[in-house]
Amino acid sequence: MAQTTESPQAPVLPKTERASTGALLVRALRGNVRQYGMLVALALIVLLFQFWTDGILLQPLNITNLIQQNGYILILAIGMMIVIIAGHIDLSVGSLAAFVGAASAVMMVKHDMPWPVALVAALLIGGLAGAWQGFWIAYIGIPSFIVTLAGMLLFRGGTQILLQGQSIAPFPTGFQKIGSGFLPQVGPSTNYHNLTLLIGAAVLAIAVLQEVRGRRQAASYGLELLPVGLFAAKLAAITAAVAVFTLLLASYHGVPIVLLILGGLLVGFGYLMRNSILGRHTYAIGGNEAAAKLSGVKSKRVVFLAFVNMGVLAALAGLVFAARLNAGTPELEAIAAAFIGGASATGGVGTVLGAIIGGLVLGVLNNGMSLVGIGTDYQQVIKGLVLLAAVGFDVYNKRKVGS
Amino acid sequence: MAGPILEMRSITKTFPGVKALSDVNLSVAPAEVHAICGENGAGKSTLMKVLSGVYPHGSYQGEIEFQGEPCEFKDIRASERRGIVIIHQELALVPYLSIAENIFLGNEHAGRGFIDWNRTLTHAQQLLKRVGLDESPHTRVADIGVGKQQLVEIAKALAKEVKLLILDEPTAALNDEDSRKLLDLILELKAQGIACIVISHKLNEIARVADSVTILRDGQTIETIPVEGITEDRIIRGMVGRDLEHRYPERTPEIGEIALAIEDWTVQHPLDHQRKVVDGASVNVRHGEIVGIAGLMGAGRTELAMSVFGRSYGRYTGGRVLLDGKEIRTRTVPEAIGHGIAYVTEDRKQLGLNLMDDISRNISLSALGKVARRGWVNRHEETKVAESFRKSMNIKAPSVFAETGKLSGGNQQKVVLSKWIFTGPEVLILDEPTRGIDIGAKAEIYTVIADLAAQGKAVLVISSELPELLGLCDRIYTMAEGRITGEVDRSEATQESLMRLMTQAADQRHEQV
Repeated sequence: MAQTTESPQAPVLPKTERASTGALLVRALRGNVRQYGMLVALALIVLLFQFWTDGILLQPLNITNLIQQNGYILILAIGMMIVIIAGHIDLSVGSLAAFVGAASAVMMVKHDMPWPVALVAALLIGGLAGAWQGFWIAYIGIPSFIVTLAGMLLFRGGTQILLQGQSIAPFPTGFQKIGSGFLPQVGPSTNYHNLTLLIGAAVLAIAVLQEVRGRRQAASYGLELLPVGLFAAKLAAITAAVAVFTLLLASYHGVPIVLLILGGLLVGFGYLMRNSILGRHTYAIGGNEAAAKLSGVKSKRVVFLAFVNMGVLAALAGLVFAARLNAGTPELEAIAAAFIGGASATGGVGTVLGAIIGGLVLGVLNNGMSLVGIGTDYQQVIKGLVLLAAVGFDVYNKRKVGS
Repeated sequence: MAGPILEMRSITKTFPGVKALSDVNLSVAPAEVHAICGENGAGKSTLMKVLSGVYPHGSYQGEIEFQGEPCEFKDIRASERRGIVIIHQELALVPYLSIAENIFLGNEHAGRGFIDWNRTLTHAQQLLKRVGLDESPHTRVADIGVGKQQLVEIAKALAKEVKLLILDEPTAALNDEDSRKLLDLILELKAQGIACIVISHKLNEIARVADSVTILRDGQTIETIPVEGITEDRIIRGMVGRDLEHRYPERTPEIGEIALAIEDWTVQHPLDHQRKVVDGASVNVRHGEIVGIAGLMGAGRTELAMSVFGRSYGRYTGGRVLLDGKEIRTRTVPEAIGHGIAYVTEDRKQLGLNLMDDISRNISLSALGKVARRGWVNRHEETKVAESFRKSMNIKAPSVFAETGKLSGGNQQKVVLSKWIFTGPEVLILDEPTRGIDIGAKAEIYTVIADLAAQGKAVLVISSELPELLGLCDRIYTMAEGRITGEVDRSEATQESLMRLMTQAADQRHEQV
C-alpha cells in the first residue's frame, strides 16, 4: 500500500548506458543493502513466528493488535529517523509523549475541553517543546544528546507534576477511538468490511497510477526506464501485497484508525524527505554539515525544524496512545527502529520507510515472542542482539564495499 | 661522531596514482640545523613522515640510517625511541591537560601504572627551564598562547631524549617576537648537540639558523647547499626552476569592467584575536578576466576567500565588497550566492561534497530552487541537469547516481565545479582547483576555467602552483602573512619574481617601502 511512494525505485539511468535487467536489479539493490536486507529479515521473522505460533501471528485479530500496539513506536520512529538523518538524536521523545498525554488528559477530563480542541492544543504543546530543544541545539550549539537528556528529565518530572500520582480517566469516547477504533462499517452486509475493501482498492489504484505516471515522466525527460517485464513484476508485487493486506484487515473489524494515521505520515514524510528542498537539506547537513553550510544551506533552521517536527510527532504519539505510555522506554525503541531500518550513526543516511521497517521488525519480535511465551526479560536480550546484528552487518558490508 | 647523524638514501614513496617522492636523498650532520625548502606539495612533509615512521618501513623504497645504524621504523613510537621527534605544524597537544601532563603524555613517569607526580613535576620544571618557558607545569595548555605551546612541544621532545628534532613550519603560526625566541632556542639546542631539521617557507629565517639547506621540487632532491654565503634568489631558483609542463588553453581575453572588488578586507583568527590572518587586503577582478592569487601555506588566501564568501572563516573586522561598482552584503553564504558569487573550496572532501550522496544531488544542492517548484524538487529535472553536466564536464562515473565518495579526485573536483557553475555565478573564486588531481583532469579543468572567462565571468584562482597561475591568469596578486604584497601583470610575471614577493616577510617589506 503506502510503501509505493517510498519504495526505493530502481534508479532511472541515462539512455547511453542501457544495462541488462540483472545489472539494473543489482544496482538498485546495492545502494540500499540494509533496507532491503531488513525487508528480507522482516519477512523471515514474520514467517518464523507464523510457523512457531501455529498461524496466530498473521490472523486478522493479531495483525490489528500488532498495529495498535506498535503504532506509537512507529510514529516516534518517523520523527526520530529525520532527527538522526540530520545528525542528531532525541532521548526525550518518550517522556515528551507521556507529558503531552498527561496534559491532554488534564485538559479533557478535568477541564472538559472538547477533544478536538484538546488535540490541537496538545500538538501545539509538542511543537513548543520541540522548539525549546531545537533552540538550544541549533542556535546555541549544545549537543542534542545533552539537551534531550535534560528534556527527558524535564518532561518526566512535568508529567508527574501534572498527574499528582493519580491516573486520570475516562477519556471521551471520540478521543479513545483514535487509538483503538476502526473505520465504520458501511453498505450491505458481506463477510468483509466494505469500507476497508474500498480503501484498499483506492490505495492500489493510486499506487499503480503513481508508478505509471512516474514512468511516463521519466520517459519524457529522456531517462532510462526499468525494462517492461521488471516494471510489470513490480506492479504485480504491489498489487499482491495490497490485496492480501486489505483482505486480512477486511475480514476482521476493518482498518484501524491508527493505520490511517500511520499511512498518512509514511506517505507524507516519505515524500517530504525525498522530494522537498527541506528534506534534501536535512540529508546534506547530516552527510557533511560544513559542506552544506558552504553550499548555502541554512543548517540551523533545518535542525531546529527537525526538532519541532519531532516534538509534534511525539505529541501525536502521546495523544493516540495515552493509555499505553506508562510502560517501557519508547525513545529507545524508536532509536533502535531507526538504526535497524538503515540510519547511519553519523547522519546523512536513512529513509522514512526504513524507520517503519525497523519499527515493524521490533514490533513483530515483541508480538511474536509474547505469543510463544518468551518473557519480557529475554525479549529485551534478543532485541538488543538484533539491533547489534543489524548495524554490525551494515558496518561489515560497507567495509567490504569500501576496500 | 664522524659522518652524518642521518642518511636517507633514494627514498621513493608512491600513493595511488601519484609519485610523492622519487629517489630522494637527505644527509644531516651531527648538531647541524638543516633546512628543507620547497613549494607546497614538493614532498617535504611526506619525506618527514617517512623518516618518523608515520609511513612505516615497507610502504616506501630506500634506506634510512641513523647514527650509523639502519632503521626500519614501524610507527612513530619506534622512531621516537631512537631519538627522532617530529613536531607538526598543527600542534599535537591536549588542550585541557596541564603542561606537565602534556610533556609526558605517552611517556609518563610512573610506577606500576600510577603516575609519580613528584618526578613528573620536577622533571617538567627542568625541561621548561631548558626551553625558557616561564610557566607553572600545572597550567593548562589551553590557557597559554601558540608560541608557548610550541615550546611545550619542544620540552616534550626533550623529555624523549631527542637527538634529531624535526620542526614542520615552526613559525607559521607565531608572531615576530615568538618566532625570534623559537629560532634562538633552536640555536641553543644545536649548541647542546641536538641536530635539527627545519621545514620553512621563510627564507630569512633559514638564513638565520640553518647551516645547510636541501631543496625539494616535485618529489625530487634538487640540491643540498651550505647556507653561508648564498642568496635568497639562489634558493628561489632551486624551488621553482621547472618548465611549464602542463598545456594551457589558448585564449584571447576580452576583459570588461571590474566585476568584483574587495577593499581593505581584514579578518582575525577565529580563536586568537591578536592575529590578523588577512590584513587590509584589496583585490579586484574584471569580467572575462582570470586573476590569480599566489602565496605560500598560511599566507591567508583561503581565509580571504572564505571570509568574503558569507563570513565562512574567522572574525571579520573590516573591509567591503563591491559587485559591478555597488557595495553588496555577503554576510551569509546564501547572500553571497544570491549576488552571483561562487566559492569552490580547496578541500573538496571536507568542505565541498557530501561524500555519502550521489553526483546528481551534490550538483543540485546549492541551487535546488532551479530544479524545484514551491519547495518540491523535480527529480527528473534534477537528473537531467546532472546528466548534462556529466557529459559537458566529462565526469567519469557509471551514472549520475554514483556516490561521490567513490569517485577519483579529479572527478570529485568536476562535481564540485559543476555544482557551482549550476548556481549561475558571475564571479567564481576557485581555491586550488587542481590540487591532488592527475594531469589529464587538470587540463580539462583549465579548459573549463578558460571557457567561463570567455563567457564574461570573472574568475579568481587561488593556487600554490606558480606555473598554473602563469599559464592561466591575466593578472596575479601575491600574498604573504595576510597582506597583498604585489600585483603583477601576466606579461611581467616570472616564477622567480612571484616567489620573491611571496616569501617577503613583514620586516623586509617595510624596508623596501
